[in-house]
Amino acid sequence: MALQTQPPRPDAPARGAADPLQQPGWIDGTRRVVDSLQNDPTVVAAERRLRCTCPCGLDIFTCRTTDFTCSYSPVLHDEVMELVKAGVDVDGVVAAFVAKHGERILLAPEARGFGVLGYILPGVAILASAGALTWVLIRRGRRPAPERGPNPPPPPLPAASQGEMARLDRALADLES
Amino acid sequence: MILLGQFAMWAALIVAVWTMVFAFSGRWRTRAEVATALIRAPYAVSACLWVASLSLWTAIFSHDFSVEYVYSYTSRNLPDYYLFASFWAGQKGSLLFWAVVLSSFGALAQAVTGARYRDLLPSVAGVTSGVVAFFLVVMLLGDANPFERLPFVPPDGRGLNPQLQNPGMVVHPPMLYLGYIGMTIPFAFAVAALFARRLDAGWIHAIRRWSLLSWLFLSVGITIGMWWAYVELGWGGYWAWDPVENASLLPWLTLTAFLHSVMIQEKRGMLKRWNLGLVIGSFLLSILGTFLTRSGVIASVHSFTQSNVGYFFLGFMIIVAVLCYTLLYTRWPALEPEAKLESLASREAAFLFNNLVLVGIAFSVLWGTLFPILSEAVRGTKISVGPPFFNRVNVPLGLLLLLLTGIGPLIAWRKTSIPNLKRQFGAPLTAATVALAALIAAGMRDGYALVALGLAGFVVGTVGQEFWRGTRARRRLYGEALLVAVARLVGRNQRRYGGYLVHLAIVVYFVAFTGGAFKVTREATLRVGESVEIKSPYGHVYRLTHLGVSQYEALNRRVSAATLDVRRDGVRIGTIKSEKRQHVDSFGRNTFQPSTEVGIMSSLREDLYLVFAGTVDLTERGSFAITVIPLVWWVWFGGVLLVIGGLITMWPRGIVVAPSIRPAATSARRAEEREPVAV
Repeated sequence: MALQTQPPRPDAPARGAADPLQQPGWIDGTRRVVDSLQNDPTVVAAERRLRCTCPCGLDIFTCRTTDFTCSYSPVLHDEVMELVKAGVDVDGVVAAFVAKHGERILLAPEARGFGVLGYILPGVAILASAGALTWVLIRRGRRPAPERGPNPPPPPLPAASQGEMARLDRALADLES
Repeated sequence: MILLGQFAMWAALIVAVWTMVFAFSGRWRTRAEVATALIRAPYAVSACLWVASLSLWTAIFSHDFSVEYVYSYTSRNLPDYYLFASFWAGQKGSLLFWAVVLSSFGALAQAVTGARYRDLLPSVAGVTSGVVAFFLVVMLLGDANPFERLPFVPPDGRGLNPQLQNPGMVVHPPMLYLGYIGMTIPFAFAVAALFARRLDAGWIHAIRRWSLLSWLFLSVGITIGMWWAYVELGWGGYWAWDPVENASLLPWLTLTAFLHSVMIQEKRGMLKRWNLGLVIGSFLLSILGTFLTRSGVIASVHSFTQSNVGYFFLGFMIIVAVLCYTLLYTRWPALEPEAKLESLASREAAFLFNNLVLVGIAFSVLWGTLFPILSEAVRGTKISVGPPFFNRVNVPLGLLLLLLTGIGPLIAWRKTSIPNLKRQFGAPLTAATVALAALIAAGMRDGYALVALGLAGFVVGTVGQEFWRGTRARRRLYGEALLVAVARLVGRNQRRYGGYLVHLAIVVYFVAFTGGAFKVTREATLRVGESVEIKSPYGHVYRLTHLGVSQYEALNRRVSAATLDVRRDGVRIGTIKSEKRQHVDSFGRNTFQPSTEVGIMSSLREDLYLVFAGTVDLTERGSFAITVIPLVWWVWFGGVLLVIGGLITMWPRGIVVAPSIRPAATSARRAEEREPVAV
């Protein structure tokens, strides 16, 4: 198929009209008009707590505003909008979704029941390890140091040469690093 | 060429297995010619795998679509640089890439390791060859042969996934692979040292640059991966705690812990067992990442096609873990520390706690990644573990790590006195207080953000104090100009001051991540000439006016580009363009779903991020998602700073700045003026 080549028009003047696309077949389908409810804080807050059922791993709001090729998130978005239109609040939307889709629809498990284990285990493990480490260090610190006899006086130092001073500098640098 | 590639892979496998068997049979100890052959064998394995790799590249560039891999990941109209990168775009090619780089690293390790460690080299060759042999077995006996033929020759290939057609694809996967693969060399030396019972600090010195190199590649790979996700995927973020992202973070965390704890072994002869455990663990975590990516056991957008390959990796990981930790256990008595920790207020203790937090974060990330599997096994209920979980668990740990990053350099080795602590902590605490006061005065009220930015001030204060004192001492001692003193200070203590730059980079990352918490998004549908406004977290008002949709044909795609005029607080700052792309093959047939190319207008403060969703009723009336995200630019700057710090740290000594030599008389006079420098 021969395609017309047309450069982008970064400075195209505003026309104020909805002109038809020159190559409508190049755009897959059509988008719905965004209304004020799509940006409604209740809709956005609820969608941010719910996971899209596609493999993206993102929440519904992020997924449906990303790339706009997912076919799952728009359907889930419609469900959220219906509930919000019916006056359901954020927690109510989330509860309705969990009732319909199961716990997997939540972007993160709730901190109750088995989910609590998920949240607290890493912190508990680190605290327990830190406590054990501190205990060991304190215990070792209390042990008396082994007794040593008095050190003999050091021998007098000879005058250092230029080469020796350079070597000393390097050694000090090594020690510092 | 295909036959040659197949043959080369089999030849590499035979040599690698021979090397592994003879290295661990121990016969080389009594026969010098066998030891020499073992040391040279990695070169042969590497040569064979380069022949195989060049064969695959030849098939790719000659559009030999009879090869299933070439058909699946390339097309005739794919640009050359993406043809080159398609080598690692699919599972089979990436396994061959892994094998060839690992064999090259194995050969390089033999070439550059000094004669002091020659007795370890046959065992090192055995370990690296063993891992290469495993990859070859997966490819040749699993379902992953990159030279597999189709029963027919298609006229064109399927092409490369549009999301992979980004410059990041050319750099990000190889960097990550180099990081993962580089970890095999420290692992090989650790196993060789255990095997040979040579458990002094020798193996630690032999792997110092390798572990830094691996860490650096992994850091660069992760950062470029974040950039790629940001500019390509279109969700206005750079880190989503995806299982595969997590898999790259895990070995980075344990390797970072190792880079700190190894200093304690070098200076005090302590933590020998811990360091061996960390090196082995880091290698195993790199294999775990490969298992997660390739098994399909956890859903991820990054996953390769589900196949039996993942279970090869699971089996390999379990076997290696059992063998290595058993070996470590049998050498346990020989790994007694040479010194004891003397005080809680010592740098050793600070490093220990730093290690604890780093490994703790790694554990929490792994725990969160695997928690869905555990939950399903225990409760029979599938759950999802997404960003809110990871943020809730890891943000406090990250802040604790930031605190320790600031504390570590302020405490002396062995023991610190109270007056010394007061002297050391004064400036950093002042910096933290000033930062906090400024932020509160500016109206910031978010608790986590305040703590993060206050701690960032603390760490910057610590690093600044270290540079200031070191520079001041040099200027007094040698009378050097400021910049010369800084350069020489860094040049003569590369590891220390390069490390401080890395700490600064981590601070920059944290500050940038904090900005991500304040992003705002709104959607709008605009006719040509219509405008929408969005208020940024800084209070700026952006006004975007739809200028129209252009359609044109590019190299291998049909583009519909929406252009919007942008004004900030009433002042025009330019135009922003986002595209919908439909990729086609050389016959003009659609190859993938349409994809989106985001528009980004970046500044030091915040990014304006535009996603063109599509058009309404096939007119130029377009739907858009507009996001303002603060401080994203600083993520990339943090990455650059981290690379600079890492390069300084691992740069060969003596090349950066020549040491200054002064006359003995002058040095004696100046030594009298010397002020003690806190170390």
